[in-house]
Amino acid sequence: MSIIQVERPKAGTPGADDAGFKRELVQLIPHLRAFARTLCGDPAAADDLAQDAMMKAWDARASFQMGTNMKAWTFMILRNQFYSEKRRSWRQSQLDQEAAERTLVAVDDPEAPVALDELRQGLAMLPAEQREALILVGAGGFAYEEAAEICNCAVGTVKSRVSRARRALHAILEAGAYDRDGASAGDAMRAILADAERLSTVR
Amino acid sequence: MIEQRPTEERRKASAALDEARLRQQAIGVRLRQMFDEVVNEEVPDEFLEILRRADARTAENGG
Repeated sequence: MSIIQVERPKAGTPGADDAGFKRELVQLIPHLRAFARTLCGDPAAADDLAQDAMMKAWDARASFQMGTNMKAWTFMILRNQFYSEKRRSWRQSQLDQEAAERTLVAVDDPEAPVALDELRQGLAMLPAEQREALILVGAGGFAYEEAAEICNCAVGTVKSRVSRARRALHAILEAGAYDRDGASAGDAMRAILADAERLSTVR
Repeated sequence: MIEQRPTEERRKASAALDEARLRQQAIGVRLRQMFDEVVNEEVPDEFLEILRRADARTAENGG
């Protein structure tokens, strides 16, 4: 808790470390935007949130210990910012029933058994705490311990949220898939995985 | 014909299990793709501009 406290930097604090902090912060902006997008859904609202979090981090730089995990620290700030301001949640902004139906109908590409739109829709149906745990661990590249720190909960809690989220998402998408074509999409999935293997080596 | 059914069902069950595993993997891959899609977007100038202004303020006040 204490490390995310926003303290006003003391006037006259030497700016020597500021340059290094700024460099690191700039590199994190794409990740902050991505995390904000998963929380807000709406891209414009997400960028507002990411900007606010970036400025909060900048203002609090005096309290950041250089050398510690700045990504986790900024994600924590962003998350707190999101929940403290009760921003429009993903669910509110995304779960427009008509749009949901359009999306499910539109997904008929046999090459994409787990289409992005479908995944977004599935994510929107998860409880917020499961969604953020799955995103931090499954997409953000955080260890369970780091995700626990970001979400301010126990490691075991994160683990169980991630595993419940995976199961639920799987069930949701499964239902959607069988709704759609009623057939096995195994070959298409193998193709996607092979393709993704190639792409993910970039990470 | 009747004798073949259990084998056929086992085969189907095993195929379903494989498919479930593949699907779980595919979900993980898509999740990362969804996230990386935004990570790889060009950062709007606004972000850097805001930070630049804040930094300039610090320089005025502190230095």
